[in-house]
Amino acid sequence: MEAAMGLMRRIHPKQSETALSALLSLLPHHSSDLLSQVDQPLQVLCDLESGKEYILCEYNRDADSYRSPWSNKYYPPLEDALYPSSELRKLEVEANEVFSIYRDQYYEGGISSVYMWEDDNEGFVACFLIKKDGSKTGQGRRGHLQEGAWDAIHVIEVGPEEESIAHYCLTSTIMLSLTTNDESSGTFSLSGSIRRQMSMDLSVADGHLCNMGRMIEEMEGKLRNSLDQVYFGKTKEMVCTLRPPSEVVLRLPTADMP
Amino acid sequence: MAEEECELNEKQKREIAKWFLLNSPAGEIQYIAKDLRSVLNDEKVYNEAASEAFPLYNKSHLIFLELPNRSGDVLVTSYNELEENEFLDPRTALVATVDHVKQVCTDVRPAADEELSSPYIEEFRCALDAEMLKYVAEAYPKGICSVYCVDGKDVEGPGSNFELVVVISAAKNSPQNFCNGSWRSVWNIEFKEDVQMLEVRGKLQVGAHYYEEGNVQLDAKYECKDATIFQAPDDCAISIANIIRHHEAEYLESLEASYSNLPDTTFKDLRRKLPVTRTQFPWHNTLQFSLTRDIQKELGIDK
Repeated sequence: MEAAMGLMRRIHPKQSETALSALLSLLPHHSSDLLSQVDQPLQVLCDLESGKEYILCEYNRDADSYRSPWSNKYYPPLEDALYPSSELRKLEVEANEVFSIYRDQYYEGGISSVYMWEDDNEGFVACFLIKKDGSKTGQGRRGHLQEGAWDAIHVIEVGPEEESIAHYCLTSTIMLSLTTNDESSGTFSLSGSIRRQMSMDLSVADGHLCNMGRMIEEMEGKLRNSLDQVYFGKTKEMVCTLRPPSEVVLRLPTADMP
Repeated sequence: MAEEECELNEKQKREIAKWFLLNSPAGEIQYIAKDLRSVLNDEKVYNEAASEAFPLYNKSHLIFLELPNRSGDVLVTSYNELEENEFLDPRTALVATVDHVKQVCTDVRPAADEELSSPYIEEFRCALDAEMLKYVAEAYPKGICSVYCVDGKDVEGPGSNFELVVVISAAKNSPQNFCNGSWRSVWNIEFKEDVQMLEVRGKLQVGAHYYEEGNVQLDAKYECKDATIFQAPDDCAISIANIIRHHEAEYLESLEASYSNLPDTTFKDLRRKLPVTRTQFPWHNTLQFSLTRDIQKELGIDK
């Protein structure tokens, strides 16, 4: 299993779907581990009743059907399916509305979904998902990207309230890819995925949604910066190590590049 | 398949194994091989897959191997391949025998006359090789290059067209820093005697992989064309080297520009750093459901 995860870390993020299905067929006994640990780009279904799209994940799945956060119904229809309690469903509805506005503010498009369910510890778990197609044929406002995808998965475990404080544990995964293509610079493509965790104890005075929302916003900001400066930056550093820009070469002809 | 509990047959396993090997990032095939063997748990299938995948991988990645007698490095490419595991190094007039799976040079012998270019072609090839060595030494901290004749190697004198190819391969592997990268340039030069012109076509490919607590990869590709007049071997060599130097430097600049554009331009099409309001999202207004409408007013959205 460790070897399987090793392979997933090295294979190109764009090929992770093929790699995962190859691993699933080689290691059928590890399928539940693989499915839970390996991130895959998000899929979408359309809720015909409301005409809105919703994101598919393990958290709104029961058998082969997926529950829409808009109508609270499963597609394809399923009998004896799992639903959140009516109290949690209220919070889920509000979360979907508010998160939708958050999404619009930061992503200027895209699709979002929030799913909640009770867990065994008297707390609950919420999953916030965003999928954005930033290509110029999709919803990329400025038309820079020939191809662009951002998939975010935020899973928050909320512990039971104790003395009006609740414990929140957030695990976030971002998968992204972007490609630009033009005459003067050819094809330039960056893709990647990262996962981070953050835990906080917060007062419930402002409500769960507010607490979770702020954590997610902070985490997304951190991850976006990290991807941009650290991760993409490292690949740029590598390119400049392979072939330093001419100004550097002229100044230090015998420098040893790190 | 159902009665065998979805067990894959050997052919399917071999194809999967080959896929993983062929799609390894630059410099990482040995690590992929190790993990793959563990997952596959079938040495026979692994060995079959490896013997098919490694030669293809090595040639496409333009790997370079040290010659045993310390005369330098030999590039493994489809341009200098004599037999499946014999590769010509025209600079030293040696032929290296290569073990693809182990990625080492196992033997070396002098090249036979018929394996080398004619003296007429060799004049052009050698002059260009000398210029390329100079260029690569100054532009790349550790780059390997070679010049091969891919068409017309037996041309005896003026009157026929021929084609040379310049291959430049640079790689940096820092697994301890979770970072690997490669630069590959292939420049095809068609020497067109009939029109007294040289047509130059370049294909550059750059890759980088950073995987410390994450997995991020860069893939960049670029193609360009240029031309110059047909001259004496030394003058051709200088012109070609200048063309290559110019285009590669320009490409590097445009790569840097692509990176600079990321934070505020390209990345923005995916996710902005902040909303248009330049403030963080007002989550505190979610205390009451109906205030959703107030948020929209506050943010100036007209719905």
